[in-house]
Amino acid sequence: MPSSKRQWLWLLINIVVLAGIFTLVQYMIATRMLNQYYQINLAAMAINIILSVSLNLINGFTGQLSLGHAGFMAVGAYVSAICTKNMDLPFIIAIIAGCLAAALAGFIIGVPTLRLRGDYLAIATLGFGEIIRVILQNIEELGGPAGIVGISRLTTWPYLFGAIVFTIIIIQNLINSSFGRAIISVREDEVAAEMMGIHTTWYKVLAFMIGAGLAGLAGALFAHYFYIIKPETFNFLKSFDILVMVVLGGLGSTTGAVLAAIFITVLTAYLQAFPAVRMIIYALILVLVMIYRPQGMLGNKELTRKTFGRFWGGSA
Amino acid sequence: MVEFMQQMVNGLSLGAIYALIALGYTMVYGIILLINFAHGDIMMVGAYVGFFSITMLGSNVFVALLFAMLACAALGVLIEKIAYRPLRNSTRIAALITAIGASLFLEYVTIFFLTPEQRVFPAEAFPMHQYQIMGLYISNKDIFIIVLAVVLMVLLQYIVKRTRAGKAMRAVSLDQEAAVLMGISVDKTISFTFALGSALAAAAGVLIGIYYGTINPLMGIIPGLKAFVAAVLGGIGIIPGAMVGGFLMGILETMVSGYGSSMYRDAVAFGVLILILLIKPTGIFGRNESEKV
Repeated sequence: MPSSKRQWLWLLINIVVLAGIFTLVQYMIATRMLNQYYQINLAAMAINIILSVSLNLINGFTGQLSLGHAGFMAVGAYVSAICTKNMDLPFIIAIIAGCLAAALAGFIIGVPTLRLRGDYLAIATLGFGEIIRVILQNIEELGGPAGIVGISRLTTWPYLFGAIVFTIIIIQNLINSSFGRAIISVREDEVAAEMMGIHTTWYKVLAFMIGAGLAGLAGALFAHYFYIIKPETFNFLKSFDILVMVVLGGLGSTTGAVLAAIFITVLTAYLQAFPAVRMIIYALILVLVMIYRPQGMLGNKELTRKTFGRFWGGSA
Repeated sequence: MVEFMQQMVNGLSLGAIYALIALGYTMVYGIILLINFAHGDIMMVGAYVGFFSITMLGSNVFVALLFAMLACAALGVLIEKIAYRPLRNSTRIAALITAIGASLFLEYVTIFFLTPEQRVFPAEAFPMHQYQIMGLYISNKDIFIIVLAVVLMVLLQYIVKRTRAGKAMRAVSLDQEAAVLMGISVDKTISFTFALGSALAAAAGVLIGIYYGTINPLMGIIPGLKAFVAAVLGGIGIIPGAMVGGFLMGILETMVSGYGSSMYRDAVAFGVLILILLIKPTGIFGRNESEKV
């Protein structure tokens, strides 16, 4: 809770700005100023923001390189699609079910693998992500390799916007709590953190679960926007996509993750006709960012009003 | 029993290919502690070099193998120089992300120039004969793959154990600083390791072309990951471990597709990986080391 008058004021300004953005876009959609093409990319952008911010919690703040994020997205997408399509549950219940299922998957995968470190963890999560995909491919009730088709389009701009705000608020509040300090200490030095009495495995698993749950949220929104989901969509190249956003934005910067997600979505939209070029650019981003700016665009800094204040020479 | 033995034969030739790829992973990991994600893609490039030298130059399989190995040795050294060397002192995660980048780069540059379509590996380069020995069907492909892999492995053992370059490799992997003090050029040794590993991967690439009959730009991903699992299974960084791990993986995979469902054979590789990592992360031949602070 904000404590001073000034903080209340900033909270109010934030709410007004957010409400402004929301209404503006909603107005543009309602009056068809944004055509179908822009709307699709807007949805993709929102989903990418949720994915990159949530993966950033695991890769950036906790420092555990996970390459299986698309797998959790798949769990969320499938579970929520079954909820609305086969069980006729309301969309919001389906979203919650998708999140919880993905978080559960995160728990099941996290408990054994998070004992591993660094590159072993990366490979193990990659493996689990692929196992999720292969299992989905082999369940005939879920359509096998063809996936589920004919999901109703329930994802609308209010849901997308709400989900982004929800994700960012959750992550930011977590980072600024004792939980956040604990996971950052795990990233900085796991042995030292353990010495200070932090139950490192517990915090890693928790961060992993929250990240996975939010990926499930993105999956649920994805499934109910694009009608069709199939296992192939959630292969490890999708996980690499999300990784590119996190790396580009800065490992450990939420604003960086958001900006990078927007940038990558726009890039993808422009290079739609040249998928190979897009992947070559991704590859170059990964290599060049790591060589010349390993901390990413923003490093672990955030774009805050202080940054803007400094930029405009103010004393905020 | 005959069927079991037949699966064994199939598994051995697939395993020989995995072992060749796994050797490259293990040597690179042993020397700079990096999982070279691009290794599977180097194998893919090797397969393409082999393909083009057969189709365009009309060379036979052995010349194609030689070309592929030389080209990929150069490619491996180049990738190490451009992408991995600047990161030698940074975090391992940064190096791993770079390796993923290098892997995507090789795949999609190939797609860009050669289209994503799959190509049929010229069958006339290697006419197929099948022999029946004690009820088992053994083709000359199987024999060729296994014999070539074993010859290359023996050669590698010779290089690592008996030559000065091999001695330098072992020294650098044991203690880099001490190796420098003994007058060993670490850069050259690492380049040499990449060259050796990539050449073996190229050989594996040509063999995969012969084994499956088709090649495509993304063919390196799955065998690459499986070979990595093989390297971890045998104990990463340990050369005989990679050979044993490779053969085990190949046999396991053909057994699963033979007796279970071939749809699950990719999942099985990862399942094995996760089991090893949980039970004995150092692999079959690995020693346990306690963590130093």
